Amino acid sequence: MEKDEKVKLSKVLLICAKGSIEDVYATLVMGNGAVMEGIETKLFFTFFGLDAITKKQMNKLHTATVGNPAMRMPGGLPFPTLLGALPFVEAGVSAMMKNQMEKLDMPGVEEFLELIVAGGGEIYGCKLAADMFGLKQEDLYDEVKGIITVGDLYAMCDGPGTQIIFT
Amino acid sequence: MATKTYAGINIEVNDEGYMLDSSQWSKEVATEIAKDEGVELTDKHFEVLDYIRNKVANGETLTIRGINKSGVVDAKTFYQLFPGAPLKKATKIAGVSKPESCI
Repeated sequence: MEKDEKVKLSKVLLICAKGSIEDVYATLVMGNGAVMEGIETKLFFTFFGLDAITKKQMNKLHTATVGNPAMRMPGGLPFPTLLGALPFVEAGVSAMMKNQMEKLDMPGVEEFLELIVAGGGEIYGCKLAADMFGLKQEDLYDEVKGIITVGDLYAMCDGPGTQIIFT
Repeated sequence: MATKTYAGINIEVNDEGYMLDSSQWSKEVATEIAKDEGVELTDKHFEVLDYIRNKVANGETLTIRGINKSGVVDAKTFYQLFPGAPLKKATKIAGVSKPESCI
């Protein structure tokens, strides 16, 4: 192989460890985008990211209104952290955010996962985190291919054009 | 920019092979572009291509979600019809510009 020869990206493994709307969507948008480019795609959900593939939680994700300095009021004024701590504010802000996303034709979590699977993408849960939260395969979204260990994940990373992306 | 000959017509395409003038498109042209892309077109393909051309003509954004909900084809079948990068391939064969959506 010549020194400056470029290897085309052929496989991505995306790791999602957080369960807020924006963290999960970073994984979903990049995962779906990869599938659409014909790149072999595997999604790995761990810790709070497991919410995105847990039947009970996946369509009820929230965004954090406390401790998020990038959060703004509609119109651009800063969003006071104390306001974010009030009851229902987080739910209201999350609903607004989902509404905005719907306007851009962004699918909901479950629909997004469906599209990724339809294109051949694979979805996995992390064994350690599932044990920690007491989750079993049947608690997870039906298309989840399995609950796997870190070793299993690395075993999937073979091939020269492979990248692991931690969103 | 380059010129390619499809079905006996000289057709202007951009660097990535997308047609610049969608009105030059015909089923014969599509069949030949598809051949370059390794796709053999069936009636189902043409249904999808018609859908894409209509959407683009109406100035609407193409997304995989929109295709899935189109009633013409579901996402899984769409991936099977245009294997690899389906939306890029299908738009190229449909003689429209490359979609600029991230989803």
